[in-house]
Amino acid sequence: MTPTLHEWLHQSPLTGIFLTLLAYRVALSISRRYHGHPLANTVLVGAGLLIVSLLALGLSFDEYFRGAGFIQFLLGPVTVALAIPLYNNLARLKRSAFAILCSIVVGSVAGVASAVLIAVAFDLPPQIVLSLAPRSATTPIAIGVAEAIGGIPTLAAAFVIVTGIIGAVLARPLLALLRMNDDVVLGVATGIAAHGIGTARVFQISETAGAFAGLAMGLTGFVTAVVAPLLVHFLLS
Amino acid sequence: MIETFLWLLGYQFAGELLARSLGWPIPGAVLGMLFLFLTLCVRKGIPDTLRHNVPRLMTHMSLLFIPAGAGILAFWPLLAERPLAMAAVLLLSTLATLLISALTLTLLLRRQQGRKARP
Repeated sequence: MTPTLHEWLHQSPLTGIFLTLLAYRVALSISRRYHGHPLANTVLVGAGLLIVSLLALGLSFDEYFRGAGFIQFLLGPVTVALAIPLYNNLARLKRSAFAILCSIVVGSVAGVASAVLIAVAFDLPPQIVLSLAPRSATTPIAIGVAEAIGGIPTLAAAFVIVTGIIGAVLARPLLALLRMNDDVVLGVATGIAAHGIGTARVFQISETAGAFAGLAMGLTGFVTAVVAPLLVHFLLS
Repeated sequence: MIETFLWLLGYQFAGELLARSLGWPIPGAVLGMLFLFLTLCVRKGIPDTLRHNVPRLMTHMSLLFIPAGAGILAFWPLLAERPLAMAAVLLLSTLATLLISALTLTLLLRRQQGRKARP
């Protein structure tokens, strides 16, 4: 028996894939229209448009994800591809490797500590504090760390995404305010604080910034996975 | 394009195999990136197919995060519990992380370059 039109719309992966591409294309036009204004961020606007259209069409996130999962899958190979821009910046990386590695360690620790301390100051319940701790790392690492330290994995994933969007929006205006114009500084800080979403954002600004954001994102993941459990134990004891 | 994806998926595959067999909590793609970077350093060059196709791929990296961004819809009941406090914590801690990272790197780079780089 062939499904009705309504059932097909809810079941076909085509719906999710098409809606995602459409939302992205519209977000891209809006971003260009406002000359790359930070608030016209393509992930922020695209996801916003998509949420509105899912609610309007009565599609659940699970139905949407049947198609969108294919798009999200490409994050894997694209993450691997970050090695190419990084290699293109090999000279700069060699020159500043020590400074960059130190900043990534300091920044990763600051990422975990700031979330835990501020959450405690706001009197949030322990499970939420623990889910916030790994929020600067990429999603798979944050989920693993949250699980290991007693947080809620799905909540941790949500915090990661919101953190990424906040970081992607704020990184450039903040550094411009501080008169920090080095693409390497922009890239490293954004990669530490806002993982892949921030990396995608700074790629729109400069390939160098994107390359160093990708490196910082990867290494912040390593450091967070190793340091977060110890640091959280220390801060909360 | 086929060769490009063979390279990228191949390195992701290797990364996944290593991470899983050692039980590391690191995503295979991140290990794959580091392996590919090391390979390029040893090879002293980028294969043509990657040099040609990867830049076009990176331009639209944002697209790949839109499904995760829309995931906020699914997570909303969890986030809506104490929305203001959580928004404040995320905003302040992200600002603090950006600030500390950027200041640390700027200071270290200046120290490394000596007096020349001072404004």
